[in-house]
Amino acid sequence: MINHLPILPILIPALTGALLLLPILQRSMRQQRLVSLGATLLTLVAAIALYNGSTEVTTHYLLGDWEQPFGIVLVADRLSTLLVLLTAVLSLGVVIYANAGTDEAGSFFHPLFQYQLMGIYGAFLTGDMFNLFVFFEILLLASYGLLVHSGGKTRIRASVQYVTLNLIGSALFLVALGLLYGTLGTLNMAHMAERVALMREDQLVLLEAALLILVVVFGLKTALVPLQFWLVRSYAAATAPVAALFAIMTKVGIYGFYRIHIGTFGHQPELGGGLMQTLFWVMAAATMLVGIIGVLGSKNLRTLTANLVLISVATLMFTVALGSEAAVSAGLYYLIHSTLVTAALFLLADIIAHKRGPAADNFVPARPMRQRSLMSITFMVIAITAVGMPPMSGFIGKTLILVSAQTGSQQLVAWTFILVGSLAALIGLSRAGTSLLWHTTGSKAPAETTSALPMAALMLFTLSAPAMVLFAGPLTDTLALAARQLVTSATEVALQ
Amino acid sequence: MEGLYAICVGILTSCGIYLLLRGRTFPVILGLIMLSYAVNLFLFASGRLNSNMAAILGESATYADPLPQALVLTAIVIGFAMTAFMLVLSIRAYSENGNDHVDGKPADERVHDSSIAADKGGRKA
Repeated sequence: MINHLPILPILIPALTGALLLLPILQRSMRQQRLVSLGATLLTLVAAIALYNGSTEVTTHYLLGDWEQPFGIVLVADRLSTLLVLLTAVLSLGVVIYANAGTDEAGSFFHPLFQYQLMGIYGAFLTGDMFNLFVFFEILLLASYGLLVHSGGKTRIRASVQYVTLNLIGSALFLVALGLLYGTLGTLNMAHMAERVALMREDQLVLLEAALLILVVVFGLKTALVPLQFWLVRSYAAATAPVAALFAIMTKVGIYGFYRIHIGTFGHQPELGGGLMQTLFWVMAAATMLVGIIGVLGSKNLRTLTANLVLISVATLMFTVALGSEAAVSAGLYYLIHSTLVTAALFLLADIIAHKRGPAADNFVPARPMRQRSLMSITFMVIAITAVGMPPMSGFIGKTLILVSAQTGSQQLVAWTFILVGSLAALIGLSRAGTSLLWHTTGSKAPAETTSALPMAALMLFTLSAPAMVLFAGPLTDTLALAARQLVTSATEVALQ
Repeated sequence: MEGLYAICVGILTSCGIYLLLRGRTFPVILGLIMLSYAVNLFLFASGRLNSNMAAILGESATYADPLPQALVLTAIVIGFAMTAFMLVLSIRAYSENGNDHVDGKPADERVHDSSIAADKGGRKA
């Protein structure tokens, strides 16, 4: 009996997306919401089962039962199943929030949402480089549609740049794939790791070129300096649930670095001749600087959150640059934390913007809002988590990353940039909280109360922070196992 | 054959990059198309250039690597869809912004934004 679980997270959204496009469902928003929510829950169940089933033995799911390396393979190891589960949790909150009304602002929200999920799950689960490209395209095409959801000048303008940059990124990805196939003769990740060892000296140059082009490709997805220009504008322009869902998109790029540069080719440290490592450090530091400037200069909460995304990807990039097992394990903890907290901040920004009327989420004095104490407490919890202060999950994540920096020079760079980044986040979020929640004009609060659905979604993300602290012990143990499996995956022969 | 092929790919790539750096959406789309042509040719060459070899077993004495051909086919289809989407998006951006610049406004207007505003103010006064 073949275990069909690994294909389910891809299959369920794919079929649901097609189902939602049928005229019978297109007529009724209510039915679309129910189907979309049901499918998301079903995927979550599948993701939990998949995660529970992951062991130190990597599960290979042969599509069409073609033998490796001739057929395309799905790889369900601890890392990929963990990220699938994270995406499933994120998507549940997003779909709940969108069901409260955002999905009516434009057409085809739910089909696009499901296709986007299909692309993300596929990118995490695939064990084949070309398949990774295809799933990147699926998630990008869906994200183009979601970004312009509910229309408007700013969204269209941000979208033109986002789409153009990503199309160039896709072209570069194909160049890298051509180089990899031309030198290694395979695109199966495990098979590639095996073949690198047999390379001649003169062939290694092309392989290094391919890996450096992949740095650009994943760097564009991750929004590393100098490829970050699209991020702030498009994330700040997108509707709240879309921006919350996009919180996982930058992490797909980080996953690419983990999987390819650390997992598949990490056992060949002479590849790239130190250039790649230097590049990682420089990109991480530069991204952190740009993020810090952005956080200090933001004029509204959405832009601030988008700049916090830059800080968080820079922090994650330091773990890629460190490249050790401990760093990856710490990075994974921080990755889960930052995805959920970013989503929470985008949703909170939207809720606050609705409550404040025309002032929206700009840092200007405005009318007082309903449920102010609830909003304030939620904001404080999220802010403490995002900054990385105890007792929330950001503190544990950042501490783990700081501890994983071993040598003196590593500590000097990583500690300086990560800590200054946290300070900037603290200043930015304090300023945001003060001006959004305390500086009020007039005394009468308008009747804008947030309904239960958006609050439920917000709480799901907010409460994940204390949950991650409570279960930090077992969680870090699992993440350490996932990191070990990733780092050693290339050295042990994975092809059976 | 290799030299000619490489030169073709190189020329296509450089034309594509030049067009990508233009300020209007239509040249940018043409640049994307040229770049994707170049990339498709490059991808095809990753299976090595051969003549008189079918990508099917038993049709000729030796056979060509069929995988790059399959990859190129997929890349062409995806590239085609992306170009179509980009065209529609550009038309939409044109109708929303009133011009076809990638930043949403013409370059000279952006540079002289403040001076134009000052001019207008001066004339009114």
